[in-house]
Amino acid sequence: MSSVEAIPQTADYVRILPELVLSLFGIVVMMLEPLIDERRNQQALGTLSLIGSVAAILASLYQAAYPGFAFWNMVKVSNFSVFFHVLVTTVAAIVILTSYEYMSVERIRAGEYYSLILLGTVGMCLMSSAVELVLIFIALEISSISTYILVGFRRGEAASSESSLKYFLLGSFATAFFLYGIAIIFGASGSTNFDKISQVLSSEHVPALAYVGIALMFIGLAFKVAAAPFHIWTPDVYEGAPAPIVGFMSTAPKAAVFAVLLRILFEANAPGRMWLIWVSAALSMCLGNIAALVQTNIKRLLAYSSIAHAGYLLIAFATAPEVGISAAMFYAAAYAAMNVGAFAVVSHFANAGERYVTLDDYAGLGRRSPTLASTLTIFLLSLIGIPVTGGFFAKFYVFSAALRANLVGLTIIAIINSAIAAYYYLRIIVVMYMREEREEVPIMHIPLALGAALVISLAATIYLGILPGRLLGYAQRAATEVLPSQGASTSGTAFALPK
Amino acid sequence: MVPLPYYLVLSGILFGCGVTGFLIKRNVIAIFMSIELMLNGVNLSFVAFAAHWRALSGQVFVFFVMVVAAAEAAVGLAIIIAVYRTRETLNVDQVNLLKL
Repeated sequence: MSSVEAIPQTADYVRILPELVLSLFGIVVMMLEPLIDERRNQQALGTLSLIGSVAAILASLYQAAYPGFAFWNMVKVSNFSVFFHVLVTTVAAIVILTSYEYMSVERIRAGEYYSLILLGTVGMCLMSSAVELVLIFIALEISSISTYILVGFRRGEAASSESSLKYFLLGSFATAFFLYGIAIIFGASGSTNFDKISQVLSSEHVPALAYVGIALMFIGLAFKVAAAPFHIWTPDVYEGAPAPIVGFMSTAPKAAVFAVLLRILFEANAPGRMWLIWVSAALSMCLGNIAALVQTNIKRLLAYSSIAHAGYLLIAFATAPEVGISAAMFYAAAYAAMNVGAFAVVSHFANAGERYVTLDDYAGLGRRSPTLASTLTIFLLSLIGIPVTGGFFAKFYVFSAALRANLVGLTIIAIINSAIAAYYYLRIIVVMYMREEREEVPIMHIPLALGAALVISLAATIYLGILPGRLLGYAQRAATEVLPSQGASTSGTAFALPK
Repeated sequence: MVPLPYYLVLSGILFGCGVTGFLIKRNVIAIFMSIELMLNGVNLSFVAFAAHWRALSGQVFVFFVMVVAAAEAAVGLAIIIAVYRTRETLNVDQVNLLKL
């Protein structure tokens, strides 16, 4: 506790303003739910949550003018945290827009659903701004527990509760590892604050305990981002969870966990991170892409694809911090845009009870609904990494950062994997445009909210593919804040290539 | 005073018991209890380290862990009830609708 002030100042509250706004709206939505009548509440509560998430985006932008620490070094507002705040809250807004139609088709009670999205977002926002392991742990749990419930939201469906159970058990298992890692880091450094931890880990004699701690924390976080070899839960959970929620949980919490990983590995200057990441990235890419080749369920296919993408993103963590952090941030943003959009299409197309989620159901979609098919095509092309989409530059920055760090082997594995991945993404496109259409699959009219969600994610995907400079520039400025500031202590150990 | 390594070894053993239980138990409730055991193993090392460093933050952390564990238990048991309603079993081998 460096500060003697015992009472929080106004600036402290400004620095957690987006979290306050989101919590407030989350609580109000939950309390209003029983008061509003059954028919109307879906739309009204959805709109209220949408207002909440847009207000949170604005609050994050407002907050950017007040960088600094709050609440006795618990929270640090910087360009880095603002970047992830805006990313996570925007994803939440898009998912809420996607859910409008889904909720009415599936007849789910809306109150808890929307407020859990908002409250989960609080946790994700806090994860990106917390610089204290206590707060990171609690934020991680706020986001995880909300997602456990959201995954099982189609309560009547056996598959949904089953996936919720699997996610819950494996998620808590991972949390325990993360917590053990925190305990050991605390033991090695005597503090839970990043400043102090960073000093200890950058010194000449890094305690051997710290390596164990970092490895355990990495296991816990790798579970949450679905990186191999801790990825087995992903396809099952994604298959059973409501489609808009899959779009949410494959992007927002992942981005937030990557923010935490960036802090732990770079700001705290974790020793011995190289091989951990090398192995995990290579395995994620290979296992994810190869397993995706044989999938027939589109949600499972995208689940394996998300494992592979976690692998590509992890490559950035093995590179030099100056380029690695910004490449990872750009990748997280581009992946969020294209994946949330792809799942918006999937959840619209799935129809009541998520009946149409196999690849065969998509046959002939190109003729029957050209708008839907072409939108999905652009998202899939972006997932492959074709130029003029965000996915291209995301991969480009990560791979060039890897080459600059002399990670030739890993880059070759990544490029071979990108080629393998092109096969199964293109297969969906081929099925949509070349295969005989199936009349029994109904095509629903695209409602306004879903249209807006699609337009936003499409615009973001293409914008990042044509003008990536601005976002990358912002990410680079943010990256300098994450690097340990004590110049003297970082020499030598800040970035050690394997011999 | 008992030296620090004793506590750490005990905490490691508790955590290990939890991991083993998680992997070999077939009943959902037993698996869930194993996770709690893992968390309590971690709590022990927090307290031991806090005493070693004379830093209160380690002890405060334990309270937060307990609160989080309670929240997790509430949600977890609710999910278990939801699964039991649809499947009428608590054996994880029979909860196999989705292929793993």
